[in-house]
Amino acid sequence: MLIYTSRRLLWTPVLLFVAGLFIFSLGSVAPGDPAELMAGQRADPEAIERIRERLGLDDPFLMQYMRYIADALKGDFGESYRYRGRDVFELLGPKLRVSLELNLVSYVVTLVIGLPLGFWAAMRQGTWKDPTMTTIMLLIYALPVFFTAPFLILVFALWLDWIPVSGWSGMFSTHAVLPAVTIGLPGAFVFMRFMRASTLDVLGQEYVRTAHGKGMGHMTVNRRHIARNALLPIITILGFSLAGLFGGSLIVELIYGIPGVSRLALEAVFQRDYPVLTALTLLGAGMLALANLVADIMYSVIDPRIRLRS
Amino acid sequence: MNRAGSSETARIDSPVLAEMEAPDSFLRHAWNQLRKRKLALFAVCVLAVLYTLGIFAPLVATHDYSETNLAKTEAAPDTENWLGTDRLGRDIFSRVVWGIQTTIILTVITILTASVFLGLALGMAAGYLRGAVDIITMRTGEVVAVVPDFLLVLIIAATVRPRIKEFGYWIEDNTPISGVISSGAVDYIVLGLAFLPLSWFGAMRLIRGQTLAIRDAPYVDAARSMGVGTPTILIRHILPNVITPLVVSVSFGMGAVALGEVIASFFGIGVQPPRPSLGVMIGDVTARTGSAAVETLRSHPEQLLSPIIVVWLMIFCWNILGDALNDILNPRAR
Repeated sequence: MLIYTSRRLLWTPVLLFVAGLFIFSLGSVAPGDPAELMAGQRADPEAIERIRERLGLDDPFLMQYMRYIADALKGDFGESYRYRGRDVFELLGPKLRVSLELNLVSYVVTLVIGLPLGFWAAMRQGTWKDPTMTTIMLLIYALPVFFTAPFLILVFALWLDWIPVSGWSGMFSTHAVLPAVTIGLPGAFVFMRFMRASTLDVLGQEYVRTAHGKGMGHMTVNRRHIARNALLPIITILGFSLAGLFGGSLIVELIYGIPGVSRLALEAVFQRDYPVLTALTLLGAGMLALANLVADIMYSVIDPRIRLRS
Repeated sequence: MNRAGSSETARIDSPVLAEMEAPDSFLRHAWNQLRKRKLALFAVCVLAVLYTLGIFAPLVATHDYSETNLAKTEAAPDTENWLGTDRLGRDIFSRVVWGIQTTIILTVITILTASVFLGLALGMAAGYLRGAVDIITMRTGEVVAVVPDFLLVLIIAATVRPRIKEFGYWIEDNTPISGVISSGAVDYIVLGLAFLPLSWFGAMRLIRGQTLAIRDAPYVDAARSMGVGTPTILIRHILPNVITPLVVSVSFGMGAVALGEVIASFFGIGVQPPRPSLGVMIGDVTARTGSAAVETLRSHPEQLLSPIIVVWLMIFCWNILGDALNDILNPRAR
């Protein structure tokens, strides 16, 4: 247990360091001299030289990266090229929070719909209900959010007038409902499929037959023996499935007018504000690595087979 | 007669005989199984139609994709413009067909390099050679997997695209080759590069797993003990056995990369106008805001729905096909 956990704990920083190097080097292949970009069009060479000096742009690449990481750990991700004098983290922080909240609610929607459906479908394997439900969920999964978002606004906000059209006022307000469903519902298919497969695995186990054989009630067997064991392998994919969420949420943020990172990130692409992009990607990678680490450790705590095997 | 059908089923159900099937009947076996699944068959048909439309876009399209007709803007579907016209009077049907072609080119480029080439080579190498090769490829994959998909696409679009564009201009200036920029090659390379890290690892991991499972099989041992070289073993004995996971991962990958292209183009960082793309079309009519999207959905649904339904069908059908192939070809499921 201790060995397994400490190995994961040691590996994660290394992983992040290398991933950061990859991201940082992508940020540096951009054309143009950062100092010139920062100084603006008509800056005199002396001013540019001052900026170069201050940012250490003449140092070797690896040294620049080491300094960047050291600063990043202290919460300093450099200065935006576009919004001069503004700290990148200060720009990103509040928007990142909104995006995180949105993704979190969506994730809850995904899990709450996907997991029970997967269990439900597995228990009906062999009947028409199982493939029908799978197909319906796949249809929803494949439906691009470009359609779901305006469609849901049209129906629930304009026709039925239940929910405000757009805007954002925290993850617990009604504003969050439509965006969360738009992002979360398609993802439910993925979890439904995993849960279904994992439930089917458990259904064939001998302890399930034993439980039935000794006269346990169906509900008890379902809950205690089947659902609980079927949920175990799901934990391992909890972390990685977060990676895909971001793409969908960026579109949804735009369409619903949510003040998340979406607009800032796009602006940064078009206005060559590389520090913002680098910081955003690095923070995203950090959160993903952390989520994986937590999922791994949680799994090994819950399922002794994992930690004993290694 | 009915007997032929039943004997065929018996042949496939018998595990001994199924193993004796010659490798060349692999495709026929898959096709026979596929035919029995109505939904998968439907998916194959839809994909065949969409891909035919896309590949033969120059013949199928009724109009030029960028030709505007300001006398006839935002028209409803009629006999001349089968799906109506857009804000600038461009024919939506022709634009959709050309958009499909763009998606096809990109998915094929990406999947060929990522899944087929990189996935296969690295997967077999890692699984068969193990040791350092295995550790390095797997760790690299882990590093790439930890970078959120879409942010990677964003950063590559921002930083690598200008470089490649410069290179395109350089080629045009210094060599007799012309039209590099206008062919849209830059977009394809940039998007291909952006999707590459996302798509190779999945295929590679599957192929590595399968290679690991068979590398110590008796017949591979036998070949090794007879002094057969590693390249021959890989090609003759390992390759035929890893085709299955490859086919499955290609099938799932096609839908995923198609969606990635559409999303990137929607944001304006993928395929650049005037090159037609389904994502560009969706981005145009929605103006990337909710109110415009809702307005379009209300007043001119065909403008929004035409590209969206194509994307929808593509992703749905590739997934259905991937599922079906997985069931049919996976030896464990069989």
